[in-house]
Amino acid sequence: MTEQAPIIRVRNVTKRFGSVTAVDDVSIDIRQGEFFALLGPSGCGKTTLLRMLAGFETTSEGEIEIDGQPMLGVPPNRRPVNMVFQSYAVFPHMTVFDNVAYGLKVTGVGKSEIAERVKEALTLVHLEDFGRRKPDQLSGGQRQRVALARALVKKPKVLLLDEPLSALDAKLREAMRLELVHLQHSVGITFVIVTHDQDEALSMADRAAVMDHGVVRQVAAPATLYEHPNSRFVADFIGKMNLLEAKVAGLSGGRLAIDIEGLERFEVPHDGPASGEIGIAVRPEKTRLSKEQPAAGRLGLKGKVSDVAYYGNESHILLDTDTGVRFTTTIQNETRRSDSSILIGDDLWISWSPEDTLVLSE
Amino acid sequence: MEDWRKNKGAFAIFLGPASFWLLLFFVIPLILVWVYSFGERGPQGQTYLALSFENYLRAIEPIHLGIMLKSIWIGAISTAVCLVVGFPVAMGIAFAPSRWKNPLLLIVVLPFFTNLLIRTYAWIAVLRTRGFLNFGLEWVHEKANWLFALAGFPAALGEFVPLELLYNQYAVVIGLVYVHLPFLILPLYATLEKLDRSYLEASLDLGAGQWRTFFSVLVPLVMPGIVSGALLVFILSMGNFLVPDLLGGTDSLMIGNLIAREYGAARDWPFGSALSFMIMYPVFIFFVINAMVARYRTRRRAEV
Ligand SMILES: Nc1ncnc2c1ncn2[C@@H]1O[C@H](COP(=O)(O)OP(=O)(O)OP(=O)(O)O)[C@@H](O)[C@H]1O
Ligand SMILES: [Mg+2]
Repeated sequence: MTEQAPIIRVRNVTKRFGSVTAVDDVSIDIRQGEFFALLGPSGCGKTTLLRMLAGFETTSEGEIEIDGQPMLGVPPNRRPVNMVFQSYAVFPHMTVFDNVAYGLKVTGVGKSEIAERVKEALTLVHLEDFGRRKPDQLSGGQRQRVALARALVKKPKVLLLDEPLSALDAKLREAMRLELVHLQHSVGITFVIVTHDQDEALSMADRAAVMDHGVVRQVAAPATLYEHPNSRFVADFIGKMNLLEAKVAGLSGGRLAIDIEGLERFEVPHDGPASGEIGIAVRPEKTRLSKEQPAAGRLGLKGKVSDVAYYGNESHILLDTDTGVRFTTTIQNETRRSDSSILIGDDLWISWSPEDTLVLSE
Repeated sequence: MEDWRKNKGAFAIFLGPASFWLLLFFVIPLILVWVYSFGERGPQGQTYLALSFENYLRAIEPIHLGIMLKSIWIGAISTAVCLVVGFPVAMGIAFAPSRWKNPLLLIVVLPFFTNLLIRTYAWIAVLRTRGFLNFGLEWVHEKANWLFALAGFPAALGEFVPLELLYNQYAVVIGLVYVHLPFLILPLYATLEKLDRSYLEASLDLGAGQWRTFFSVLVPLVMPGIVSGALLVFILSMGNFLVPDLLGGTDSLMIGNLIAREYGAARDWPFGSALSFMIMYPVFIFFVINAMVARYRTRRRAEV
């Protein structure tokens, strides 16, 4: 991929509401044509950041550039971005057609061009026959499509979406994920989506920024976030994770020697500095349960099963090790009764390969 | 738990007192007045029941019809002025930081704690020839004259002639607007307060300016609040008799004054009743049309 100037450049942006710092010194570059997610727990400042991009909030500090233009003092109606609101905000007093046409009318686009572009936009979201309906004659999913069409008809440089799927039921949400990705591919517009749902972010986004208390912890592709989280927060927030406290015993030649209670000293590849107390993490699906002590070369801890939770395709097993750590592991229910072989109270070993061990120094 | 809407007994118990109240003190008197409006006045001002349209014929005599039309006119003007003045106030309160809202609302309703009569008399003190407004104007006039004198033009503006502000229709409109402004601000504020701000943001986001957003999105969305507030102000203004009585001149007689006179000094209840119902009939017709339009709309919606 060639290095292009980013379509959105956020530089050291801070937003304070009185004594609350909602966004804290955030710097992000969003690339042209990318599906970018802002991900984080409730209250971490995702919406605030998005609203600063749209121009509904001013920045307390820092700069935002969109398409090379500084956005300081530029009102929302003059920014080359459009937003899909969490509540959709489809105007209830206008028909679907008028809703989609509104953004063109106010900027003085001619009548025949409006008719053409609105039709095009409605076709894009599969609502071509709904132009004459009022919003109260639409389902939630259809209203969302109207909101999408209304924003896309403006041909913005960037489409901003605030939790666009949160008001839909589980089945529809799943379908809309795919559809949004297809839509983004077909229009080629940069999408910035806010979500607190990690599955949503991982399955849709090309890259995601993980936020925590106003701070961006990591910006990376979904697989990187999952396999190489850079901090305990990201490791814990994305997917399930087993966290262990460890001590650095030595670092030489790109290999880190680690001490953990109950395990022999072992080494993992590691670049960068590390010393003192660190966190060690391993994903549940990368661990294995066994009755016997695992083979040499695998890291194993002995423990007692404290819970078995059935999820249909898989079961989650909780294991309390003799060293006092609680592990979660998953087993695939490949046959109808696979999980019945593991019962609460069983004494088992949990093991994993040193290569699957993550070192978290933050 | 049982749905209270399905439990007719509970419904009746809660609704009973209010319905009884409405029936006893609103519906029955209304019917009584309606029956009176077909009655006849006895020689000593008694009311005899009859079936005569005499009162209505009198009510549409040009002199009475003129007063009625003028009342509607003054009511409409007052409502329009209330809208122009009250809309920004309601918006200001609704969009103010939340800790300011309650104090501001209190300021709006504060005048209600003073007796209406006193508040209306206060306007006399403000507007009369030797009132506060004229004092203020005189002061400005004097100072201006003094400045002109300094500049070498003594008495350039001449003698101060106080403005005739009281005992005319303008004073009536001022008084009606003043008295009824809260009735417009409060329902409008309530509607604006409930309005989802993202509609306004969406409009701005789509490229509309502030004015466009105001007229194309905000006004249509708060129309119910505008209509209920305006209707309230219009009905109250049109029927008011205290303000025209105190602030108006001889030509400011309104329908309220007429009715008050028939029920009071003239002791002609049948004619007063007919006059009252001349205002009621249009209101009834309005509501019937309104209900019909609403029913037509829902039916058409169901068909789509
Ligand atoms: N207008 C405001 N005034 C004061 N504080 C605000 C305002 N808007 C947001 N905040 C605060 O800023 C912080 C971040 O809010 P924000 O809405 O950006 O969170 P979020 O990440 O979108 O959360 P959620 O997932 O719950 O929507 C919160 O602590 C919130 O209380
Ligand atoms: Mg949010």
